[in-house]
Amino acid sequence: MSTQTPDSLKSPDLPPPSKGRLFFTQLTTATDWRTALLIPFLAVVMALVIGVLIIMATGSSFSEAMNAYLALLKGSVGSLRAISETLTAATPLILTGLSVALAFRAGLFNIGGEGQLLIGGMFAVFVGFSITGLPWFIHLPLALLAGIVGGAIWGFIPGFLKAKTGAHEVIVTIMLNYIALRLVDFFLKTEIFQREGRNDPVSKNVEASSNLPGLLTAIDPALRVHAGLIVALLAAVFIHWLLFRTTTGFEFRAVGANPAAAKYAGMSVGRTYILVMVIAGALAGLAGTGQVLGVLDRATPGFSAGLGFDGIAVALLGRSNPIGVVFAALLFGGLSAGGQQMQASANVGIDLIGVIQALIIIFVAAPALIAAIFRLKTPVASTQISKGWGS
Amino acid sequence: MSDTRVTPAGPDMPEESYAYSEKRTRELTKGQVRRARILGVVMLVLAAAVVLLLIPGTTGVATFDLSLSDEQVQLAPLAIPSTGALYILAMVLAFLGATQFFRGFQGKATIILGISFGVFVIAVMIWATAGEQFNLTSMLVSTVARSTPIALGALSGILCERAGVVNIGIEGMLLGGAFTGVVFGSLIGGWVGLLAATIVGGILALLLAVLAINFRVDQIIIGVVINLLILSLTSFLTAQLLVEKPEWNDAPIFPAIKIPILGDIPILGPVLFDQTIMVYAMYVLIGLTTWFLFRTRWGLRTRAVGENPRAADSLGVSVYKTRYLAVIYGGMVGGFAGAWFTLGTVGRFDEGMTGGRGFIGLAAMIFGAWNPIGAFAAALIFGFSDSLQQKLAIIETPIPGEFLAMAPYLVTIIVVAGLVGRVRPPAADGQPYEKQ
Repeated sequence: MSTQTPDSLKSPDLPPPSKGRLFFTQLTTATDWRTALLIPFLAVVMALVIGVLIIMATGSSFSEAMNAYLALLKGSVGSLRAISETLTAATPLILTGLSVALAFRAGLFNIGGEGQLLIGGMFAVFVGFSITGLPWFIHLPLALLAGIVGGAIWGFIPGFLKAKTGAHEVIVTIMLNYIALRLVDFFLKTEIFQREGRNDPVSKNVEASSNLPGLLTAIDPALRVHAGLIVALLAAVFIHWLLFRTTTGFEFRAVGANPAAAKYAGMSVGRTYILVMVIAGALAGLAGTGQVLGVLDRATPGFSAGLGFDGIAVALLGRSNPIGVVFAALLFGGLSAGGQQMQASANVGIDLIGVIQALIIIFVAAPALIAAIFRLKTPVASTQISKGWGS
Repeated sequence: MSDTRVTPAGPDMPEESYAYSEKRTRELTKGQVRRARILGVVMLVLAAAVVLLLIPGTTGVATFDLSLSDEQVQLAPLAIPSTGALYILAMVLAFLGATQFFRGFQGKATIILGISFGVFVIAVMIWATAGEQFNLTSMLVSTVARSTPIALGALSGILCERAGVVNIGIEGMLLGGAFTGVVFGSLIGGWVGLLAATIVGGILALLLAVLAINFRVDQIIIGVVINLLILSLTSFLTAQLLVEKPEWNDAPIFPAIKIPILGDIPILGPVLFDQTIMVYAMYVLIGLTTWFLFRTRWGLRTRAVGENPRAADSLGVSVYKTRYLAVIYGGMVGGFAGAWFTLGTVGRFDEGMTGGRGFIGLAAMIFGAWNPIGAFAAALIFGFSDSLQQKLAIIETPIPGEFLAMAPYLVTIIVVAGLVGRVRPPAADGQPYEKQ
């Protein structure tokens, strides 16, 4: 995190003016580019190396493990189809990554991406199948908007409770994830959502007019990359602009660096918490919307598939920077698309990708580990984002 | 519940360097009164839900069998006129809600919320059984069994958090224990499986301890990572190994052991004293940990380190060592709890089979105010609603089990939002400590 502050500034005691000035300069200083790029790179390398060891531990030879990685590479960038799959997988990760990163910047830990994604997706599916006869240029924006609203509502709850009662956002968002999961299970079995003639929980298909159009279907209808990618990239640009070019974004970062000092400077901490969680929820909701309108065409139980949690990894790897998040999401999208190929042609289970992702987060969050392994001289501090719930 | 806590470094300590301790006054502020009112409204809503959703269309007698078929003493089934009982329960809820609204239960509000929630679940049970017959005792037996991993998971969290280390990796520890338990249980035997699960829980806790205490990595991130890592790793190993070698995924199940005399008591006997050794271990661990935490020097030090590490350090308590011990003990309890899913029930492992029970354990920990007995009570309520939900899934009711499944999470949000009394985590929970 670039928002690291010396311990003396972390105390809620009001900093004297000179330190206050120091704190504002720190907000605007750029991070050292070497640590910004080197640590994530080494983290990925370490995770891949441990991945080989895990494959070999299950009884495969070294060359089989290398074959698996070759398949992983082919499946992620080896063909136009592979690239399309990578981009398709990266699209929701950009959005959930942005959602977590934005909250990190304001000192909040949004573990609620799963729930926000589910609720946003359900709102979008509802608008997608229930309204018929609209032209696409009205129906599609309406469905996207519905998804944004759904996610924003699910993000508003923890933000509001944090601001008004001090309830820790981590606990509230964890609980809301499970509530959302059960709500989806319930609604998919109601007459409103359930597809006619089906007993299993599956929603009706969305109308073609609300589908996010494929970007490369002109070349080959099987290429799945869809316009949601453009939406996600626009969102990244918007969040970058919001964070670094507007007063609101400055307030977000100030509250994240030191809420007491931000309050002293006249900012409303509570209002910032609510606003940040609403935007973070909206981003995750948009991720769910992209999935249902661009990939799945319908909602099924647990269609979030861990994308909200992956967003945490993406945000950490991207160092909570919108541009970094886009690249981290592309990497994780590649891993996920390549993982399919690895499972199919090298017979190594796709769950290995999850293991590699988890290892990447460990190494990115504990750069001291990396520094020790590679004997780096660069001083590195571990990531501290959450405030602990001991108030 | 929180009154029983002895805080060595009380809230009256001087505050200049303790950035994390916030002064709390005893008198009710306007905000507290408003929150107490909100809680009252929540309970009144529950009462209204009984009247509006459950009572219409409910007729007949709900018959509850109280004895299992193999018991010597057979009790007569309990026949309850459903409509009347529902009205009475709704009145109880309305009374509690109104009292809370106008006067407030203050310190006891958490317990009252627990009771209201229990009453509501009973109402749902009577409504679902109206005009039918079902065995209450067998459901209570499954309630106690199902609360075992929840209570032990909560205990795992309590041990870590009392020492000031946030553990949201409980789910991962459960899953890791379940997997190791089944593999070692299948290959060598149930007891070895149990031991291996406990050790794996301890190893995961060691990872948490090293990263959180030495490297001072964000503890929430470590918890998330442990959950992701174990979910993926166990799924990967299941697909790579267990599918090809099904004999590795076929462990013996611990049988229920009836305790002489106690096991023959009607209702209570089968429910509490005719269970597997894992349930008995839960009783022992809950009791032991309570005694340890509140009656021994080790416990006092652990709590001191969780409340005010700086003060504990200056009195010669090793903060790092105390935290390490508590976290590793907590992890071992978590791994042991995980073995319940395989060795205590079905004897085989399925991907992600813990299904969020670790987070219900986290919820029980919070609901129980970081106290082992409180967490056990919360786990029983959650286990009861879990069992009832399974029941509802079978008898296809118009109001589905999803809402019961949601309830523990909703209740937890109400609790952490401070709507009830003074449920307070250890003051230094989640704060890395740097020796000076």
